[in-house]
This record gives sequence, C-alpha cells and structure tokens, in this order.
Amino acid sequence: MAEREIMYRDALREALDEEMAANQEVFIIGEGIAERGGSYKVTEGLLAKYGPGRVRDTPIAEAGMIGVGVGAAIAGARPVVEILYVDFAMLGMDMIVNQAAKFRLMTGGDGRVPFVMRTQGGTGGGVAAQHSQSLEALFYHIPGLRVVMPSTPADAKGLLKYALRQQDPVMFLEHKHLYMTKGPVPDGEHVIEFGVGDIKRAGTDVTVIAWSNMLPRTLKAAEELEAQGISVEVIDPRTLVPLDREMILKSVLKTRRVVIVQEANRRGGVASDIASIIQEEAFYDLDAPVEIVAGLDIPVPFNLALEAASVPQQEDVVAAVRRSLHLNAISKAAE
Amino acid sequence: MTFSRNEGETENLSVLGREMSARASKKNAYSQEFLEKIFRTAFKIRTFETEGIKLYRQGLIRGYFHPYLGQEGIATGVCAALKEGDYIASTHRGHGHCIAWGADVNKMVAELLQKDTGYCRGYGGSMHIADISVGNLGANGIVGAGTPLGVGAALAAQVRGSDAVTVTFTTDGASNNGTFLESLNLAAIWNLNFILVIENNQYAVSTRIEESTRETDLYKRGTAIGVESHQVDGNDPLAVYEMTLKAAETCRAGKGPVLIEAKTFRHMGHHVNDPGKYMPEDKLAYYMARDPVDRARASLREMADVDDATIAAIEAEIAEEFEKAVEFSKQSGEVTAEEFRAFAATY
Ligand SMILES: Cc1ncc(C[n+]2csc(CCOP(=O)(O)OP(=O)(O)O)c2C)c(N)n1
Ligand SMILES: [Mg+2]
Repeated sequence: MAEREIMYRDALREALDEEMAANQEVFIIGEGIAERGGSYKVTEGLLAKYGPGRVRDTPIAEAGMIGVGVGAAIAGARPVVEILYVDFAMLGMDMIVNQAAKFRLMTGGDGRVPFVMRTQGGTGGGVAAQHSQSLEALFYHIPGLRVVMPSTPADAKGLLKYALRQQDPVMFLEHKHLYMTKGPVPDGEHVIEFGVGDIKRAGTDVTVIAWSNMLPRTLKAAEELEAQGISVEVIDPRTLVPLDREMILKSVLKTRRVVIVQEANRRGGVASDIASIIQEEAFYDLDAPVEIVAGLDIPVPFNLALEAASVPQQEDVVAAVRRSLHLNAISKAAE
Repeated sequence: MTFSRNEGETENLSVLGREMSARASKKNAYSQEFLEKIFRTAFKIRTFETEGIKLYRQGLIRGYFHPYLGQEGIATGVCAALKEGDYIASTHRGHGHCIAWGADVNKMVAELLQKDTGYCRGYGGSMHIADISVGNLGANGIVGAGTPLGVGAALAAQVRGSDAVTVTFTTDGASNNGTFLESLNLAAIWNLNFILVIENNQYAVSTRIEESTRETDLYKRGTAIGVESHQVDGNDPLAVYEMTLKAAETCRAGKGPVLIEAKTFRHMGHHVNDPGKYMPEDKLAYYMARDPVDRARASLREMADVDDATIAAIEAEIAEEFEKAVEFSKQSGEVTAEEFRAFAATY
C-alpha cells in the first residue's frame, strides 16, 4: 500500500475526520478546538466540515467536560473529549476512575463506555511542573481503562481509529513533542488493534522497550550503539493496557537482556510493572537484571537544564544498554 | 454578540461600582504620596511586561509568559487596599499581582531567566512565582486553583483568630470551573475574610465570554449563593482601590466573603506568541482609550498637580530598576544538576 510522510497531528486529524465521516455518533468537545482548531492544530478544519453540533468548544471545565463525555458514551454516543494537558485531566478524575472505569462491571458487563479522552503529556520547552507530567501510571493502575501512547504518526492514526470503534474508555495520551514529527502513514484504511506492540527496530543483543516520546530517543540511542557494535531490538508496546506481553517475552527470550525506558518518574511506574512481568515469566532466561531508565521522582522543574536532567536522555539509554551487557561497571550501585 | 451590547461597558456597572468610579474621580480625595504609589505600581507592571516580552523574543525566557498588559489597574488597586499580614493568590497571568504586592523585581526577572537567584530558584518560572514569607500564595498553572487555595488561607486565618484578609485573583475562565462554586460557598458558610476578584477580561484564550456563559455579568454568581457581590471598572485603579477597601472592611467586620468582578480587557493575545487577531478592534480601542496606566498617570498629574518632568523622572527610575534586574539576572548562576539530584533524593 502506498504511504505518505505526514505529521503526527495531521495523522490524528485524519483519524478523527474519517471516523466522524463514517459514524454520526462521533463528536468532539474541548477548549479552543472548534474555531481555533486546538492548541496543537489537531482539530483544524473539522468545525467547517462537521459543524458546531459535532465540534464544540467548552468553557474551562474539565470535570464537567469529562463527565458529560462519559455520560454521552454510556448513552451510546462516541465522544472524544480533548483535554489540553494531561495535568488538567486530574480535575476530572472522579468521572474517569469512579464512573467510566467502573460502569461495565457495575452493570454486570452490559454497560459499555466508548469514551475517548485525547490529551497530551510530557516535558517540553520549560512549561514547568503543572504542564509537563507523564501520568500514564495513574490510568494504567485503574482496571477498566485502556491506555494508549502512540509514538509515530502511523500509530497515532491507526490507534485513534480503533479507539473510536471499540467499547471501553480510552485514555489516548499524545506527547507535546511529537505533534510536529513526520512519518510514513499508509494510504487508505489504516486501523491498529489495541494490545499489539510493534518492533520498531530489530536486533539481537538487548531488547529496549519504550513508548511515546522515549521511542525516538531510544531509536537514536540504538543507532549510537550500533556504531559500537551492539545490536538493539526496540519494542514499542503502543498500548500499555492491554499490553502485548507475548511480543515482549518473545524478544526477551531472544536477547536475554532488557532495558525499559519511560519518561514518567520511576516510582510506581509502568516500567516497574513490565519489569515484574518479565522477571516472573522469564527470570531464568535473563542474562542481566532488567534495567529501568525513568524520570527522577520529583516534579519537573522550569529550568531547561534541570528539566532535561529530570527525564531520560539518549545517553542514559546508551549507558543502561551497556550496563546490561556488562560493558560498564558491573552494577548500577558500583557506578 | 456584537460590540454594541458592551458599549460603555465600564460605565454600565453595578450600583456600587458606579459609586466607586465617582468617588475615585474626586479631586483632593487622595494624597500625592498615595497617587504616586498607585502610578509607580501600575507603571512598574507595564514596564515589567513590555520589557519582559522583549527578553522573551530574544530567546532569554522560555515556556509560558502571559502578559498582564491592560489589566494593571486591578492588581494595583486591590493590593493598595490590603495590609501587611494579608494574603493573595494569583493566576497564570500573575506578574502584576506579584509586583503590586511589592515583589523584588530582581528576583522576578531572575526567575523568568531560570536563575538560582529567582523567587523559586528557577524551579518554578513565570506561572509559579510565589513568596509565602509575605503571604503571596503564588501564581498558578491550573486555571481556577487559586480560589480554593485562597479560601484555605482565609480559613487558616480564621482558625488562628487573625483578621487577615485573603484576596484570590481569578478570571472569567475560572468562574466556569467547579472549584469556583465549591470554594466560594465554603467561604460564605464560614463567613471567611475572603475577597474573590474576578478579572473579567472577557476572553479565555480565544474563547469569548459569551460562548462560555449565558450571564456575562459574573458578579451575579456570588449573589446567587448569598455572597455580597459587586462590579467595578477594572481599568480604573482608584475605583478598584475603593471597592477593595470597602470589601476588606466588610470582611474584617465579620461579614465576608465579598466578590468583586473587575471588567477589563487584554492589550494583546493570551500569551506572548498569540497575536490575538480574534480580539475585535473597536473593543480593543475602547479599552486602550481607558488604559489603566494612563489613568494612574493622569490622576497623579491632575489630582495632585504633579508636573510632567517629575512623572518622567519616576518612569526613568522604574525603567532603570528593570534594566538593573536584567543585569543582576544575567550575572546570576543556575542550580546545578548535582544540586537538583540531591533535592530529588528528598522526594
Ligand atoms: C484547569 C486548566 N484548564 C485549562 C488550562 C489552559 N489554559 C491556560 S490559560 C487558559 C485561558 C484562561 O482564560 P481565563 O481563565 O479567562 O484567564 P485569562 O487568560 O483571560 O487571564 C486556559 C484554557 C489550564 N491552565 N488549566
Ligand atoms: Mg479571561
């Protein structure tokens, strides 16, 4: 199939556009998304095409927006609620955690909540502590939520289209640094099912698992390591819930060494959970401890140098891979 | 909604608001010293913002920068009516509140330049400048968060038996957020010494207030839950001062809280990189003609008969203070990565 190079934000827009055209039940609400086309231009042009009934601006009322989205989904519509920053989604946590995530079980399995919250997180350019968080672990912890974190334009499009066709509440977490990145996206229908990871780079020596904005950083680290004669396999789970355990374990059995990279701070993070799955399933097949490269356990500072120091950089990934090959000091503690 | 509905909007206020505007325009009502203080504050904010924008454009400031240009009259008037020991809480557009509260410009500029000598040692930035040692609970990156925090400070004061008043500066945008009702209602049932100042600049980024609420006279929100509520011309620093003084008296007499809606308008877009093309030209012109800094200057000139040369000298002094702050900041260092990691270890 033919492919074009388009930006992440354009890929997201294509997904929304195609699903809105295909399904009258899909509508979007959010701050400044209609006339202004959204802070990251994802919804640009959709107001003109689908009208003010299906592309609506809201006041600054996150708890209300998320709540009405959940309600509309319970009533059978397919709302997409855009929250400017994942940090602001914290105002709507009751609706996400106590309502959306619980409804299916509480109704004996009958009630479904096809609700999609699109938002973005991560550090970028000194926007400081309340606009820089990576909060996927909060959602990951709550049974009932799907957690999606695309790293490429193609994944963004395919996963968003799938999100708008499945039946459960989806936390669709984009990254502020990725909107303007370009990549190939297949022409025509392109849907990616949840729970299917992607090998972004094949390799034989060490498996590195990364998602969202850590993926491009990890790919650069892999190039750097290749020049040192180290072959890295890079896996992007793409959806954290459900998680493609099979792909991860298959790669681990091949390389016997794993590094997990997350931008979020380490404590209570998704990386720790993936590490625990790996040690449980493949402990005797590992040749080195599972390495985690994660953000520091501290809010993100404004100062740019400190902001960079608070999240994993390319050199941190390189060092972790080398450690797992026993090429650096023997252990982290000895470094 | 066309501009015609809003024609004369800063004259068409609630009853007390008109009274305050009238009182504020009486000759001989204020000392020269007081009028000079008002002008200095308003002009200092104006200088900080216009010069700060230049630093931003030079790439010296990163992240968010929401200018307070056009709204200087509100912070200036409100803070002049408060006392030592009182508290303020602010918004994402918070530089003006800090300055009016008496902040050190050196430390403010240093913060914007990410320096160790800044108010937050470069950890916070524009949206998070705070100085709890003088009762400034800080700017905030979360729209609406300052209201419960301010009510909390007022509650602490009441529990402590202090008569301190807390002012939260909030926005038209935040008045549609749940925090507004929940916390103002708490302040009401507990008769807290709390003043909620809504800076109604009639926009939330590019969203017009008419798109986010049916009732654009926001003071009516307070009336609905039994809170004494008024409207004032936010571009008239002296009217804002009078209104706040009265509100603070009401609070200290045990009859708080009070809500004040200050009508105003930004002079430019939402942040430094927003050209604000969506702002109607005629409306902008209306507010530009009622510029709060010009009005503070005119009051000093006309009510206290201060001549232009004296005013020019004050302006030059403030401009120099800012230049020195930039120099101070440029020479300051930044927190090191090692120090930061040691800080992280305490989390
Ligand atoms: C809870 C929350 N939602 C959204 C934002 C993003 N945001 C920052 S400023 C702003 C507009 C604010 O408008 P208003 O509250 O009227 O204040 P103004 O900018 O006019 O001073 C928005 C939507 C935020 N910071 N916090
Ligand atoms: Mg506003």
